[in-house]
Amino acid sequence: MTLEVESRKETLAEDGLPVEELVVNVGPSHPSTHGVCRVIVHLDGEIVTRAEPVIGYLHRGIEKMCENRTYLQVVPLTDRLDYVGSMYANWAYCRAVERLAGIRVPERAEYLRVIVCEMQRIASHMMSLGSAAADTGAATMFIYAFDERETIVELFEDLCGARLTYNYVRPGGVSFDIPEGWTDRLLEFCRTHRVALREMDKLWFGNVIARGRMKGIGVLAADDAVAWGASGPVARGSGVNWDLRKHDPYSVYPRFDFDIPTGSAGDVYDRARVRLYECYESCRIIEQAVAQMPGGPIKAEGLQRLIAPRPGDAYDHIESARGSLGVYIVSEGGPRPHRVKFRSPAFCNLALLPLIAEGHMLSDLVVCLGSLDPVFGEVDR
Amino acid sequence: MSGLLGGIVFGLVGGVAIALSTMVGVYGERKIAAKIQRRFGPQETGPYGLLQLPADTLKMILKEDITPRQADARIFKIAPYFVFVPIAMGLVVIPVAAGWAALDSSIGILFFLAVPSLSVLGILIAGWSSGNTYATIGGMRGAAQMISYELPRTLSVLAVVILAGSLRPVDVVQAWRWWWIPLNFIGIVVYYISSIAELNRGPFDIPESESELVAGYFADYAGIRWGIFMMSEYGGMLAASLFGAAIFLGTLTWLPGPFGIITFLLGTGVIGSSMIWVKWTFPRMRPDQLMTTAWKVLTPLALVQLVIVGVVVPWL
Repeated sequence: MTLEVESRKETLAEDGLPVEELVVNVGPSHPSTHGVCRVIVHLDGEIVTRAEPVIGYLHRGIEKMCENRTYLQVVPLTDRLDYVGSMYANWAYCRAVERLAGIRVPERAEYLRVIVCEMQRIASHMMSLGSAAADTGAATMFIYAFDERETIVELFEDLCGARLTYNYVRPGGVSFDIPEGWTDRLLEFCRTHRVALREMDKLWFGNVIARGRMKGIGVLAADDAVAWGASGPVARGSGVNWDLRKHDPYSVYPRFDFDIPTGSAGDVYDRARVRLYECYESCRIIEQAVAQMPGGPIKAEGLQRLIAPRPGDAYDHIESARGSLGVYIVSEGGPRPHRVKFRSPAFCNLALLPLIAEGHMLSDLVVCLGSLDPVFGEVDR
Repeated sequence: MSGLLGGIVFGLVGGVAIALSTMVGVYGERKIAAKIQRRFGPQETGPYGLLQLPADTLKMILKEDITPRQADARIFKIAPYFVFVPIAMGLVVIPVAAGWAALDSSIGILFFLAVPSLSVLGILIAGWSSGNTYATIGGMRGAAQMISYELPRTLSVLAVVILAGSLRPVDVVQAWRWWWIPLNFIGIVVYYISSIAELNRGPFDIPESESELVAGYFADYAGIRWGIFMMSEYGGMLAASLFGAAIFLGTLTWLPGPFGIITFLLGTGVIGSSMIWVKWTFPRMRPDQLMTTAWKVLTPLALVQLVIVGVVVPWL
């Protein structure tokens, strides 16, 4: 693979004049790369003939940093992976630690984890839908989606004091119990959120220009989605019915009644639509979880602050807003992990960009990139 | 001598009108967009945020005027004027009171359609001389778009010319009758859409599409030269709204005598605000969809309008 901008192709036009391929560096600092992604785009007029994503601009060496910290100190680092969905990385990491150290989590904490993660799914999907709309110049849809996200972020702030990096899910439980009146506000949000979703459905998916921009663009076949390891809404938009909450049920998810929305065409429109419907399903899960939530402790009894599991390894994965998020931990005894590896869904999904964007126009490239919903904290780690 | 003096006066008045309309336009755009998006918009600087715009204007004038190293400096520096001057020139033929225009020309409508479209040259050289791939693509897109939308726009105006039997804007205003609005309905819609496209405003702002090309053909401009591009956009909006209100809606004749200017300005405001409303409601089109709209939808519609008018006129 050549990453040189100079590697442009020269061809001759019909009249014998040399035609130079236009090479555009989209990024690393660009309004529509959703972070710091660089895409080297070869253009034939408006048509993208080659698109190469170049990553690594947000690499902070988080996996290496984990090796020098105690198990509890790693949790704030996981916040910085997927910074629009911190709860997932918290939870995935904590599940792996709990599996490694044999910690039993109280039931109330499991319910709280499900509730915050489903809230996080709504917040993350609102971010994705909003910024995908902003990629096509629809600034109003962007603001409407962020308005919805704001309510969730405020609820998180009341729960754990942070708006973005929560450090809420800890090995053995969660950090705080819910404040008074919090569930009422949450249920009220679920009610108003459904109304807002219907409004956004009409404003965005009902708009003829938006449909023209999304339908038939960036088509990903179901076989390709499986072969490239895509997961989350990207795979489900292509009709791959794969959701860890159903297919490898963890925590208390088997107790809830919910559906997995899937698309059929595998284009940008279907991926966005899957995200929209997942917000409805998340509302359903939140309402059931609030109704079923038992009392009791929120942290495991008798857990020491310095967790030192016996030598061994553990892998666990959860369904994040972007797909299957896995964490693999190797312990050699002692209070620090020997090795931590994150299987990031955003990284795997981003690899699909050349596959779905080549042959489309430059305007579609940013729409395709937005539909993959990459978060570069998680891609680069 | 009096011709020269008159020219200077008209130039000054026109320049002030465009500068004022830009300030009102930017303020209106920010307030209307804020209303649509459940925000407040500017409200901190002065009452209702009214001093925000003088402050922004001052900032724009004082900012450093940067010429990129890879740019073709001489062309880069004059390009904004190639965009601005034709658009400002288009304003002189618009009748501002029943029976009076700054330049009462017998080919005024042709002048209005032909001269402002020369600004495509400015967009092209601005994009090309920047020496920046984004700007180049933006300039090319702008040229293709403006040439395509010229056709439906001209055809839609032609229907009114046939009805009035004159290319003189003042005559058109005098001949205007209320039933021209229902008769000309398709033409009004075509004129409105293609005017927005001609101004490179959303949902047709693909030459400057901020999410793909950062700012398109004026990506490398700063300070007052950037401000001139901004003024061209709002000046063009003003011209298109004034022309639409005068020729298509005939608002100058809604009230008797000089009072017509009240309905005229109101009509202009309504058209201008609706352009802002459209921009903040719709997403941007793709270049190929834009061309399809021009050639396969708007041009045939404008031709249908011409046929309708052509059939009706002999019976009048």
